[in-house]
Amino acid sequence: MRAVRRSPTLKRDPAPSKWAYRAERLWLRPGFRRLVRTGAPLGLAVAAGIWYFGDPARQQAIADWMVEARASIETRPEFMVKVMAVDGASDILDGHIREVMPVELPVSSFDLDLEAMRSQVESLDAVERVDLRVRAGGVLQVTVEERVPAIIWRGPDGLELLDDMGHRVAQIAVRSERPDLPIIAGEGANTAVPEALALLEAAEPIGGRVQGLVRISELRWDLVMDRGQRIMLPQNGAGPALDRVIALNEAQDLLARDIARVDIRNGDRPTVRLTEDALENMRLLKGIEIKGNTDE
Amino acid sequence: MSDLYQTQRAMRNKRQAAIQRGVIAVLDVGSAKIACFVLRFDGPERFRDAEGIGSMAGQSAFRVIGAATTRSRGVRFGEIETMHETERAIRTAVQAAQKMANVRVDHVIACFSGAKPRSYGVTGSVDLQDGQVSENCVARALASCDLPDYGGEREVLHAQPVNFAVDHRSGLGDPRGQAGNALSTDLHMLTVDRTPIENLLYCIKRCDLDVAGIASSAYAAGISSLVEDEQELGAACIDLGGGSTGISIFIKKHMIYADTVRMGGDHVTSDISQGLQVPMPTAERIKTFYGGVVATGMDDREMIDLSSDTGDWEHDRRTVSRAEVIGVMRPRMEEILEEVRVRLDAAGFEHLPSQRIVLTGGASQLPGLDGLATKILGQQVRLGRPLRVQGLPQSVTGPSFAAAVGTCLFAAHPQDEWWDFDVPVDSYPARSLKRAVKWFKDNW
Repeated sequence: MRAVRRSPTLKRDPAPSKWAYRAERLWLRPGFRRLVRTGAPLGLAVAAGIWYFGDPARQQAIADWMVEARASIETRPEFMVKVMAVDGASDILDGHIREVMPVELPVSSFDLDLEAMRSQVESLDAVERVDLRVRAGGVLQVTVEERVPAIIWRGPDGLELLDDMGHRVAQIAVRSERPDLPIIAGEGANTAVPEALALLEAAEPIGGRVQGLVRISELRWDLVMDRGQRIMLPQNGAGPALDRVIALNEAQDLLARDIARVDIRNGDRPTVRLTEDALENMRLLKGIEIKGNTDE
Repeated sequence: MSDLYQTQRAMRNKRQAAIQRGVIAVLDVGSAKIACFVLRFDGPERFRDAEGIGSMAGQSAFRVIGAATTRSRGVRFGEIETMHETERAIRTAVQAAQKMANVRVDHVIACFSGAKPRSYGVTGSVDLQDGQVSENCVARALASCDLPDYGGEREVLHAQPVNFAVDHRSGLGDPRGQAGNALSTDLHMLTVDRTPIENLLYCIKRCDLDVAGIASSAYAAGISSLVEDEQELGAACIDLGGGSTGISIFIKKHMIYADTVRMGGDHVTSDISQGLQVPMPTAERIKTFYGGVVATGMDDREMIDLSSDTGDWEHDRRTVSRAEVIGVMRPRMEEILEEVRVRLDAAGFEHLPSQRIVLTGGASQLPGLDGLATKILGQQVRLGRPLRVQGLPQSVTGPSFAAAVGTCLFAAHPQDEWWDFDVPVDSYPARSLKRAVKWFKDNW
């Protein structure tokens, strides 16, 4: 015998209500779905945000909190700069740098304006170039390249050390502080330091007797030597002119003679001036007597 | 008539708009079940440049993306009896199909089987003024058909030109461009009762849907179950539905006759229910599990337990042999098929060159039905299943869905109907021009 297996329940297939049906159809509209899924949460969030942040007291609290948080992060020991290390500077310059550095250590590395500090340090005369960086461990590393004094200038403000480009390095009280450096004098001498150095190098064969260079009328140089001797060099072509004098000296021992000036300003007509005694001796030798020369 | 012409034209425009939007629903309102398919028109066919029918009769243009079936409520003989129940059933089916498709549908093409369809063959002829058939001539020829008096309470559901003749050359499918002096046309017109159609339209409208077309389910079952050569050479499609049995006769790819027998599978169920004193759901189960139309000796020994729980021991312990069930079912099936035979004879089916009969619809799944039908309807009977369309779930490919699938094809590529042709611009402009000329002659 075969049974009609009765299905205990009919397959449920309930009809949706009219409103459920309409809602389902509305939900199937892509625009509506997008509106509900993105537009509504977005609008809600924006509205909540506006309501929340609209309160001025709350805004103030948030601003305070942000400042405080920033400060607490900045003052963490990891970001603090505690020590300044200066490399490549003499003790005096080191002191100067520490003096002009516009910060009080310890300070947070967020508060350091390295560019401003660099320009501040570079404004020191003795500093040619400076590198500033914050090294690990809270060290402000200042690497200084000092200007090397090449020459002493006796200027209107006393003795000044200049580097090879004529930039001021420092001031000294007396010449004997730096006996190793040559000396120059005269107004505007500091603007022609490279030329002066070249001339002094050229004067190496008579170096033992050279005392210094004097700038005349901010135009040309006089090479001053001991015994009051001077070599008056021209404005242009001073180096070759000096070479000529030195050649003359080597050939005829010119400078060892009793002369006061070697005037080579006019290259076509070099002139020497004798000293007073030599002139008289020469006159005696030549038997010349000058009458009426009451000054002599 | 012109009112309906406008309605049908509006439906065609909506169909066009829906296809442009790419989604359209197909609704089969039957007596046993309501099926809803959601079609998406995105196949390669849609963007084809050439005119005319594409490959696979235009079916590759669409894809079924949603399919749902629900038990029908409030429908009898294919006509809506309880509007609200049916509306709810339609809503259920549409919502489930939408859910499966995950897309909202606004346009629906419906098919239904009831409303007493009646076929008319009408002819019209027109003289060709310029010796060549133009589109306008076709429209004029269709408009010139003398309409039979089909009753005031009826509407034209289909009006398809099935044949054109230019002078004496008949059998033309598309007469445009032909040279000749007279164009005559044969129009197959299917009329149905107005009230069921209005009820159906009202129900669909209550579901917030736009009707983009209405088809007779007999026609729809025919275009989906008959294969091409059957449609071409002549065949009848018998759609054995729940509440009614649709008959459609095709020849030369056109439906030339459609009718309905107001009996179907539900009547078999009610016969079993009455004959065996069992409730309808049990009777339905007995019919689907043990039903048949040819009893054998084995069936006498196969007993079916009619258990119920009324409390009466004798009543609850009844059994019935399968032969008895078959004995209940067979007369009703014979009656249905006899009735179909009568309708086919009335339509002159025996004069067709080929007399193929295709049984489809849910009741055609009854075992042994083809043998029974052969005895009543003729030798060339086969069981038909609907065409396979792209994306259709396996569960809805059975013969029960012949009408629904046919409506899909109807939606994708409808045959030309009378309202697809423009309103004939005949007499009025010519007359006004003549009047103008006359006015000039009189006054100058």
